[in-house]
Amino acid sequence: MRDVAVVGFAQRQMQDYDGSPQCAELLVPVFAECYEQTGWTKKDVGFWCSGSSDYLAGRAFSFVSAIDSIGVLPPVNESHVEMDAAWALYEAWLKIQTGEVDTAVVFGFGKSSAGVLRRTLALQLDPYTMTPLWPDTVSLAALQARLGIDRGLWDEAAMAEVANRSLTDAEKNEYAVRAGGSSVADLLARPVFADPLRKHDCAPVTDGAAALVLAAGDRAREVRERPAWITGIATFADGLHLGTRDLTRSVSAARSAAAVGGLDGVEVAELHAPFSHQELVLRSELGLADDVRVNPSGGPLTGNPMFTGGAIRIGEAARRVWDGTADRVAAHATSGPALQQNLVCVMEGREKGQS
Amino acid sequence: MSRTLQAPVTVAFDYTRSVGPVLGRFFTGLQERRIVGARLSDGRVVAPPPEFDPVTHAPTTDFVDLGDTGTVTSWTWVSEPVAGQPFDRPFAFALVTPEGATEPMLHALDVASPEEVATGLRVRARWAEEPKGGITDLVCWEPAASGPDAPRSGAADRAVGGTEDAGVTGIVTPVSLDYTYAASPEESSFFRALAEGRIIGQRCPACGKVYVPPRPACPVDGVPTEEEVELSDTGTVTTFCVVNVPFLGQRITPPYVSAYVLLDGADIAIQHLILDIPAEEVRMGLRVRAVWKPRAEWGTTIENISHFAPTGEPDADYETYQHHL
Amino acid sequence: MAKIPAAVIGVGQTHYRAKREDVSMAGLCREAMDRALEDAGLGLDEVDAIVVGKAPDLFEGVMMPELYLAEALGAAGKPLLRVHTAGSVGGSTAIVAASLVQAGVHRKVLTVSFEKQSESNAMWALSVPVPFVMPVHAGAGGYFAPHVRSYIRRSGAPTHIGAMVAAKDRTNALRNPYAHLREEKTVEQVLSSTMLWDPIRYDETCPSSDGACALVIASDDVAQGSADPAWIHGTVMRSEPTTAAERDQVNPQAGRDAAAALWKQAGITDPAAEIDAAEIYVPFSWFEPMWLENLGFADEGEGWRLTEAGETGIDGRIPVNCSGGVLSSNPIGASGMIRFGEAALQVRGAAGDHQVDGVRRALGHAYGGGSQFFSMWVLGVDRPAN
Repeated sequence: MRDVAVVGFAQRQMQDYDGSPQCAELLVPVFAECYEQTGWTKKDVGFWCSGSSDYLAGRAFSFVSAIDSIGVLPPVNESHVEMDAAWALYEAWLKIQTGEVDTAVVFGFGKSSAGVLRRTLALQLDPYTMTPLWPDTVSLAALQARLGIDRGLWDEAAMAEVANRSLTDAEKNEYAVRAGGSSVADLLARPVFADPLRKHDCAPVTDGAAALVLAAGDRAREVRERPAWITGIATFADGLHLGTRDLTRSVSAARSAAAVGGLDGVEVAELHAPFSHQELVLRSELGLADDVRVNPSGGPLTGNPMFTGGAIRIGEAARRVWDGTADRVAAHATSGPALQQNLVCVMEGREKGQS
Repeated sequence: MSRTLQAPVTVAFDYTRSVGPVLGRFFTGLQERRIVGARLSDGRVVAPPPEFDPVTHAPTTDFVDLGDTGTVTSWTWVSEPVAGQPFDRPFAFALVTPEGATEPMLHALDVASPEEVATGLRVRARWAEEPKGGITDLVCWEPAASGPDAPRSGAADRAVGGTEDAGVTGIVTPVSLDYTYAASPEESSFFRALAEGRIIGQRCPACGKVYVPPRPACPVDGVPTEEEVELSDTGTVTTFCVVNVPFLGQRITPPYVSAYVLLDGADIAIQHLILDIPAEEVRMGLRVRAVWKPRAEWGTTIENISHFAPTGEPDADYETYQHHL
Repeated sequence: MAKIPAAVIGVGQTHYRAKREDVSMAGLCREAMDRALEDAGLGLDEVDAIVVGKAPDLFEGVMMPELYLAEALGAAGKPLLRVHTAGSVGGSTAIVAASLVQAGVHRKVLTVSFEKQSESNAMWALSVPVPFVMPVHAGAGGYFAPHVRSYIRRSGAPTHIGAMVAAKDRTNALRNPYAHLREEKTVEQVLSSTMLWDPIRYDETCPSSDGACALVIASDDVAQGSADPAWIHGTVMRSEPTTAAERDQVNPQAGRDAAAALWKQAGITDPAAEIDAAEIYVPFSWFEPMWLENLGFADEGEGWRLTEAGETGIDGRIPVNCSGGVLSSNPIGASGMIRFGEAALQVRGAAGDHQVDGVRRALGHAYGGGSQFFSMWVLGVDRPAN
């Protein structure tokens, strides 16, 4: 495997984005920041890959005009996944591994507020036996949360603790759309929205865009003193159907962590848990030690732009390597209802073979 | 004022789904007030039946009639229902394991308040008076202790008519989503100018090309177009087609000429209608002028221009538009 | 670092029909997958990862359907990716699947693309009106017809060329048991069919089909054990904007650049001489001569001469779309993968009645959006020298 690192990251998150659902005008300054961080121009980028969703934008081929923000004449080597941009990063990482290119920019975008997000996401379910009931994502997460509570795996206080820590950390994140910690007792005193979930247990509806820059070997070393070298990246899926999987677990998350050789020694983990109890599921499935610093950015409970939220976790984790806060970090992305599909990316400040 | 123009868009279609043999069996059962599950290779009994066995991947073939009572294994309270859900008032979604199944299925549970539901609650199916074929033939679950003793188990009470011919082979699923569409800020300025009877373009600061409508990102340079350029409402037809096909959602009655019109002063053509000339006489290079609707009908839309019509000038030379094809 | 050699060792297709009312979406995909696996001599559990492609989710009204399909496709417990690059998606999906192998991450990857267009209506899905904008859009035909007119003007091609392509492809489809439209067509019949989007006639357009196509792509060691691997000699993707000032919409630069890169990767200097069979994405008949030029099989403005001379027929110098092509079967999201898969069948000598004699190298081609997204590959009988 080639040594590939994350060397650039820019993001925007907001509650109600006053712009088009294709987000081209949002991506232009995001790319500009990536160029500034790397000193590159678009000619330095070997491959582009994006993640977005037609149903989020409400129209077919919604990603098509987003590439205008790159400036695509002369044409570019480019692809798109109908997934969170974390998987676009996976595709770009593959492309670099094949040796075809040395560099890539990955981006995601989405205007969740264009529709009623929790309703739109009902279209992700089984179209025959589930979607006609329009089960909203919050309800599905609540069913999962109660199963864990009933089995004694977690409780509402532990969930509130996750939310409180996230809201407190988000005070230092200029992009967070929700911030301000209080106390577990205060959070528990707030009204229940989707029993047993309170609103702070659920990620806020967030619009946004993000881009990440990948580079191999010397190209990475040229950009940063401490590139965030990807030492493991893996993704797995579970079945969607609620009747045939144990909702208190996320087997595909555990499998992803195992495939990267486990998360021992990780100091910081950015977890894509759009609901507070899901962070608890992930901590256990990923095998994170108790002293791992989770979501110092505030995490998805304080800002979760759809189709970008997972990629932002990778960017936030990479930043901790760049600034020397951590030597080994993990980022996680999820997709589908109740942690159905997962990706784990481990990054390190030291290259393989270095001691 | 918002920097963008916004308008509602509804994306709606009644999807026609062929369900295949396994789900067909499930839906046929529901029509007959039976919940049909499947016994999987690992011994689990599941409803709705998976189309393929999760372990062997073979098509599901071992079907089991389940009871129409069950036990709540998890639930949540939908305090603010969204459109299309089983009830437009607060209700519960629940995972319910039907009698005879080993795993739960998702459906609504009709109780008046969250206090009336708990994990372990015994529930029974409420069936549709007039089954339509589909998951909503099972209207919802309700507490087993409540309600009139209406016919409960169709399997016991009625003759089973589940022959292959009579079974459900397809369902119709209406999907209707409401969105607020927003034009980019650059396009918004274009549409706002149209409301004043002006056509404006913007020049890309990098390549100098005049884009109409203006762009949030010049597709060549990836930067927003900036300097405003007032454009003429005359131009040249570069290329076109005659649309003879009617289709769902169409807003202009065919046949009509859909043309690319390169407005004088612009570096990119816009798409519009050509009228006031027989369709067979429309040609590449035809000089045209915008025909505006009466001012009272103007809004922030390109539809202020009813169509383009010939100016009567000689056709433009091919060389003047050949690089716009 | 070089790519690990990879090859197609299994191809599976469904029968393409206007409405496959006998199957669900899962059933449709599995029909293609099971045939590809049987062809490859593998079981679903032996596959390392699954890559799904399809065109807009609005077609079936399911957001990211690979999620609910995961279990039925055997992807639960495996890596699962979903690609969407407009009409080129079937090709791009195969390329992403190939990259999983070429990068050395997996050894056996199954990829499937599908569209079940009968669940809705493609014209509707592609023409949902955008506020403020003139509602002149009329599906893909309405989009491409003006550019076909431009091609005719620029090349001076006689007007019957499109009809010749349509008659050829429809007649070729008679040799393909999976094809949707299987009917003998004459040039005269095509010319007398209804004008839909002038200059495009009814018989010059692709149908709307239900269908799926699947490929098994394997690494060097696995492929060497296969009886007839179709080795990947080159893959390429290129994109450009839908509209830009003075963008060439007839002979797009992205297509030209992609072809140049592809021929270079595959070590091909004269594609017309070195490619023995081509499956080119031709949803409207005139795109055959347009893409012949774009791909470098002919000089600009000369592609129609190859068509007119019969050089693109099954016995011609550059046989194009011997399967009947997109003009005979068009499950949109799968159409690109069908081109890629048919190229594999030609290389493996497994194309049955539409097999071209002695194929050493074949092209699979797909495009999408407003002629702006291109994906292509070259397959060959010989294991690439690296």
